[in-house]
Amino acid sequence: MMDGMSSSPAPHPVGMAKIPVSFRLNGAPTTIELAPWTTLLDALRNHMGLTGTKKGCDHGQCGACTVLVDGQRINACLTLAVMKEGADIRTVEGLAEHGHLHPVQDAFIEYDAFQCGYCTPGQICSAVGLIAEGHAHSAEEIREAMSGNICRCGAYPNIVEAVKHVIDAKAARRLEAAK
Amino acid sequence: MSMTQKYVGTAQRRVDGHAKVTGGARYAAEFAAADLLHGAVVSGAIARGTITKIDTAAAEAVPGVVKVYTHENRPRTAWLDSSYRDDVAPPGHPFRALHSAKIMFSGQPVALVVADDFETATYAASLVEVSYDAEVPKTDLDAQKGQSYDPPKKRSGVEPPPKPRGHAEKAYAAAPVKVQQEYRVAVEHHNPMEPHATTVVWDGDGAITVHDKIQGVTNTQGYVTGVFGLSKDKVRCISPFMGGGFGSGLRPQYQLFLAVLASLDLERSVRVVLTRDQMFTFGHRPLTIQTLSLGAEPDGRLTSIIHDAVQETSHFEDYQENTVNWSGLLYKCDNTKFSYELAKLDTYTPADMRAPGAVLGLYALEAAMDELASATGVDPVELRLRNYIADTDQNTDKKLTSKALRECYTQGAERFGWSKRDARPRSMTDGRELVGWGMATGVWEAMMQKTSARATLTGDGRLEVATASADIGTGTYTILTQLGADALGLRMEDVTARLGDSSLPYSPIEGGSWTAASAGTAVQMACETVREKVFKLARQLDGSPLANQDLDHVTFRDGRIVVTNDPSRSVSLIDAIKSSNEGKVEAEETAAPSTIQARRFVSYTHSAVFVEVKVDEELGVVRVTRVVSAVAAGKILNLKTARSQILGGVVMGIGSALHEESMLDHNIGRFMNHNLGEYHVPVNADIGPIEVIFVDEPDDKASPIGVKGLGEIGIVGTGAAIANAVYHATGVRVRDLPITIDKLQGA
Ligand code: FES
Ligand code: FES
Repeated sequence: MMDGMSSSPAPHPVGMAKIPVSFRLNGAPTTIELAPWTTLLDALRNHMGLTGTKKGCDHGQCGACTVLVDGQRINACLTLAVMKEGADIRTVEGLAEHGHLHPVQDAFIEYDAFQCGYCTPGQICSAVGLIAEGHAHSAEEIREAMSGNICRCGAYPNIVEAVKHVIDAKAARRLEAAK
Repeated sequence: MSMTQKYVGTAQRRVDGHAKVTGGARYAAEFAAADLLHGAVVSGAIARGTITKIDTAAAEAVPGVVKVYTHENRPRTAWLDSSYRDDVAPPGHPFRALHSAKIMFSGQPVALVVADDFETATYAASLVEVSYDAEVPKTDLDAQKGQSYDPPKKRSGVEPPPKPRGHAEKAYAAAPVKVQQEYRVAVEHHNPMEPHATTVVWDGDGAITVHDKIQGVTNTQGYVTGVFGLSKDKVRCISPFMGGGFGSGLRPQYQLFLAVLASLDLERSVRVVLTRDQMFTFGHRPLTIQTLSLGAEPDGRLTSIIHDAVQETSHFEDYQENTVNWSGLLYKCDNTKFSYELAKLDTYTPADMRAPGAVLGLYALEAAMDELASATGVDPVELRLRNYIADTDQNTDKKLTSKALRECYTQGAERFGWSKRDARPRSMTDGRELVGWGMATGVWEAMMQKTSARATLTGDGRLEVATASADIGTGTYTILTQLGADALGLRMEDVTARLGDSSLPYSPIEGGSWTAASAGTAVQMACETVREKVFKLARQLDGSPLANQDLDHVTFRDGRIVVTNDPSRSVSLIDAIKSSNEGKVEAEETAAPSTIQARRFVSYTHSAVFVEVKVDEELGVVRVTRVVSAVAAGKILNLKTARSQILGGVVMGIGSALHEESMLDHNIGRFMNHNLGEYHVPVNADIGPIEVIFVDEPDDKASPIGVKGLGEIGIVGTGAAIANAVYHATGVRVRDLPITIDKLQGA
């Protein structure tokens, strides 16, 4: 393989047996046997049929693979699945509840925060994580905190509007409740 | 025919939005198949030379590896070059993966390792040992431009430069004001977020279903049948979604060839996905060295335009794009002269990338126009208005179907606040930052391509509209749904659009901004025929309240056909459909550009782009803080998705102006920054407010539905507007995009 042109060779695998790993996946207890070298991203996409989470680079450089692990947004391509024993993993497939879209999902449609849709699951999981973090309020802060998720279709202004809409609505509800 | 437009022309949510926000939309690498095999591509390490030895033993020894393909054991495929020439191939000899030991570009695929799972295939691929007899690659266009040539065979669909008008050189020599400069834009890679991928499902009995990342399934189908000698009924291509194309998915890429090769040989389902690194091993926006010479009167009126370009191509194909012709089209000028030549490099063939040619040519022309504005002291907008040509394409002497560019200038300038601009460079500041305001013009062809579509009203009163075309994120599903719903008076929820399947009525690839006009017109025509048919059925019903009516005096609404003047008389579509023998009403129609009209008219979209930049001079950092893009593109079908297309174009234009650059190391002939960490595309924090204005532009000739298309116009002109704004802020002309810190600081 040409130097630096492909993912660096994995450690010699021969004899590497699959081992069981258990976690909660989109709310459901799940156990699966995986080789230790399988990333969480490939586990979801290739071994568990959950292709909603996307692979854009496999290098932690694009954010397409963003999922929520114990409520935190992470790059699934930089995580080995067997490391997630006991974790609570949520993917884009697990955000809607009782057939209702998550407010971020609905806002993404309303504000047209995507075109091709390939970065979208990662953007949405990232936004859900960001909102939970509670640091970003202004458009400026959202832009900064969403910059780990590349959108080559250039939907950024609409992504910011969608996320801001959800943050503002949440703040308004909190204000209402306080009254 | 009275057809009310309830949806067309409004802002509508994407009909495929739900699928895309829930992870339900399936892209090429995401189709499941029983006993699927995974292929990993081994990329060659040199840019030019010959493979002397390829050792696959270690890879084959890894448990789980099924087979390793190289040029030595590749199953036979078609012999003739013509079998490999896809619908949009330029003249030449198309690249054939694993064809021989010869290496023609860095990263050329030299082996495919097929294994039970992705990890095993990837690991085993790292064990393939290749020895080469390497030659020194030539990848430096500056060194090769002396050997440039006029491509002997022209690429279909790309107009060669127009003949000279008047006496450009004489007029230039005599001009009181002159601008002559060289302009460049770095090589760019499309980098759609979805890497190129193909899943081939082995259906048994020599038949396959191919899920390919492609901007048009008919191109994939044609390529596979040609190369592998299969009949059309053995190859079905289904690609309902595509994770971004921007031109990289116009031509079938090598992972398609490799996946089909392995699938047919092993009689198994096979998936091959390229790595992000490998996304830098095929088409790219070509490096182009342009010289622009403008001669003008002191009041800014142009007396001469000379535009010369030398562009890179590969050793195996003569890639061509329309780079210089725009300079003969946009402004009134009696003396013009153009040249466009190619020089061969040891790289892969360049590829169309969003607004191919226009991004480069308009950057040069519009940057030079800004220099002319400085030289004459005429305001940049005023300069363009002084050279405005209202209704003619001087290159072809044909009439324009419409041109509302003047309104783009005025409305864009108004919204931007252009009148408050102090023309002097370095005159505007915001705190410690310099502020610059710049503008430029954009233009792109409005085209139609022959496209067929089918409309079917089913017994439940629902409508399906279908064509083999694609939705690469542009909103095709949604606009076709809007058109269908309006044509038959249905709610959008009652209409389904189907795309991306080679078994559907024929459509060419999605590209060149022609899909909305072409597929839209075809769907509209099919729906009109369905209207007529279902109306006839409704009229023939026993005791029909429509018995004496004609189509002109009824309205389709809420699932019924209603007498326009007497709404109490109506028939439901469901009742009418029931009375048909087939239990459905169906029509297929083909839309094509009018050849008679094409003899007299041509059609273009236009834009005026206004940009504000802020420059931190100490750090050399440039930020685009505000953009107004005013676009004239005929009828806008969906204000929401249309705006997004322009936003996307502007964002990519910002990338081109400030960030994007594929860096070749000429010693080894390789793009070195082959990843998204080092090839910089704009991220969210790079993008400020972008305002999009669609100016009114009625046009009944560009296409029967008045649509011109929006895929490219958003990017064209954006790069020049930014460069011009940077000059206004700093007083520094950088004529070599992207404008990076080093260039600004070094100036
Ligand atoms: S795929 Fe994980 S960051 Fe790109
Ligand atoms: S929607 Fe296409 S990459 Fe973001």
